Amino acid sequence: MRRSGLMAALTACLALGVVGLAAAQPGSGIVRPTTEPAKPSVELGAELYAGNCASCHGIAGSGIKTPRPGAADIAGEGPPLRGVGALASDFYLRTGYMPLSSPHDQPGPDRVLFNDKEIRSIVAYVASLGSGPGIPNPKPDSGSLAEGLQQFTLHCAGCHQVVARGGYVTGAVVPPLQSATPNEIAEAVRIGPYLMPRFPSSQISDAQLNSIIKYVLSTRHPDNRGGWGIGNLGPIPEGLVTWWIAVPLLLIACMAVGRRLYR
Amino acid sequence: MRVWRWLVAIATFLFGRRVRQERKRAKQREKRQEAEAKDPIVAQGSPERGAENLVVALLGIASLFALGFVVVYALFSPAGIPNELLGICLGMCFLFVGGALTVVAKRLVVTEELEDDYPEAHPGQQKEIVEIVRESGSRITRKRLLLGAGAATAGAVGLAAITPALSLGPIWDTAPLDQTPWRRGVRLVDEDGNPLSANGVAAGTFYTAFPEGANNEEIGSSLIVVRLDPSKLKLPASRANWAPGGILAFSKICTHAGCAVALYRKPTFPVIEPKPALVCPCHYSTFDPYTGGDVIYGPAGRPLPQLPLMVDDAGDLRAAGNFSARVGPSWWNVREAPTSE
Repeated sequence: MRRSGLMAALTACLALGVVGLAAAQPGSGIVRPTTEPAKPSVELGAELYAGNCASCHGIAGSGIKTPRPGAADIAGEGPPLRGVGALASDFYLRTGYMPLSSPHDQPGPDRVLFNDKEIRSIVAYVASLGSGPGIPNPKPDSGSLAEGLQQFTLHCAGCHQVVARGGYVTGAVVPPLQSATPNEIAEAVRIGPYLMPRFPSSQISDAQLNSIIKYVLSTRHPDNRGGWGIGNLGPIPEGLVTWWIAVPLLLIACMAVGRRLYR
Repeated sequence: MRVWRWLVAIATFLFGRRVRQERKRAKQREKRQEAEAKDPIVAQGSPERGAENLVVALLGIASLFALGFVVVYALFSPAGIPNELLGICLGMCFLFVGGALTVVAKRLVVTEELEDDYPEAHPGQQKEIVEIVRESGSRITRKRLLLGAGAATAGAVGLAAITPALSLGPIWDTAPLDQTPWRRGVRLVDEDGNPLSANGVAAGTFYTAFPEGANNEEIGSSLIVVRLDPSKLKLPASRANWAPGGILAFSKICTHAGCAVALYRKPTFPVIEPKPALVCPCHYSTFDPYTGGDVIYGPAGRPLPQLPLMVDDAGDLRAAGNFSARVGPSWWNVREAPTSE
């Protein structure tokens, strides 16, 4: 209790100090302490959190649900992070979804702004805010590709497209999964980032998740029967190509029937 | 007595016919001699009865395929006959018609290639061209048979084309299209047949459910099940107890074009993100589960049909009735309620 109180006070002080710092700096930069320790630590995580995350997620992960008056162009809205655990923070930081320049943007795969040591520190700090799920350790090698395709088609392909090329849902862009790591896929399934539904283990078991990941990894190099995948994007490019090839072929056939070719 | 009269009538008819044909033939002979005397531009082609037979045979097969379409349409059932047969029948029909036309063009019509430039508008030359065109068909010996076969094929294709219009009613019984396997007491199961318990339905995710013991492939079978905060529901008053514990079930078939509504939009941070919605991936019709499936975006013209739910003594989800509206893509009279099997 005393320790957490101290932590909150420390974070508050840091947050106040950093707000001043942030005002003096260009909006997009990452705020770092002047001397970073050599190893990842909860303390470093707390400092980085205060400087880069607290403006939206609130002090010590309490979240900010109502717009703060006088917050200029930063509305300062973000969900609380208590209890989300290492799983969610690891996902959002490793994919570059966070930090987000505006809370009204959809978080998307972006340049990762923190280095590995900093990510470990922030993850450790967020995990210390409340008990939550840890970073999963999926084993796609133990999965079955056939089950993966079946489960992916059932739960994921509606948005992510059957070969995981991504797409749209009303109100959001659905990312392609070709560059996602097994850990990121496992984390996203459990969290349901942004508008994606979350799938608890009662919906998709860990074994099924391994199969899904195995399938998603296989879509990086899909087996293109016929030799040309046309981007594996589905019926629209396939239809275009069919018509661009089928129409000339039909014309040639017509001309052959009409004996015009022999002139 | 009567029989005798009949025999006389038939004999008269046959005899008269022979006489008529004799006269006709004589006339044709006269005509041909006249034409020969006139020295035709296009050389008389040798008649090819084999090619004519081939054309008639091809057109006959095409007609059979067109009639096959009508038969498949009449006997269609989702479990028995694959609907691909409809397309195959029409496709093969047109393929054989194309084949017949190709044989006519290649083997029956005499081809006359003009080496000179195309003649300018000149009454005399135009007459000449008309004569060339007429005489080009000179190989055909059984014109009426070929025309008859063509007409029969065209009739069969026309019949196939108007067959689907019968589904508009009232000749065809369209009632089976409105039946769903749901009625009060039918248990919800997942794709493996395991019952769906009310406590097992978590918020923030979606489930696909089917009626226990029914055909999952039927259009009225599949459901999309979600759990929402019961205090935020804005269902119509008549559906007040359709969602026990905030669990709602909707038909998974989009009311626009019949795709599976396979997307559940669920905000992680509802304060600033779009609200929950059921979305169809085909044309992005978006339905609001809070208000009972109203369309909030996209081309769908009517709400997603909702299925009333209840929880049995064992805690499993069961249907409390049939859907709020007809399931599937919209067509004529679609506002009427569905019927139970």
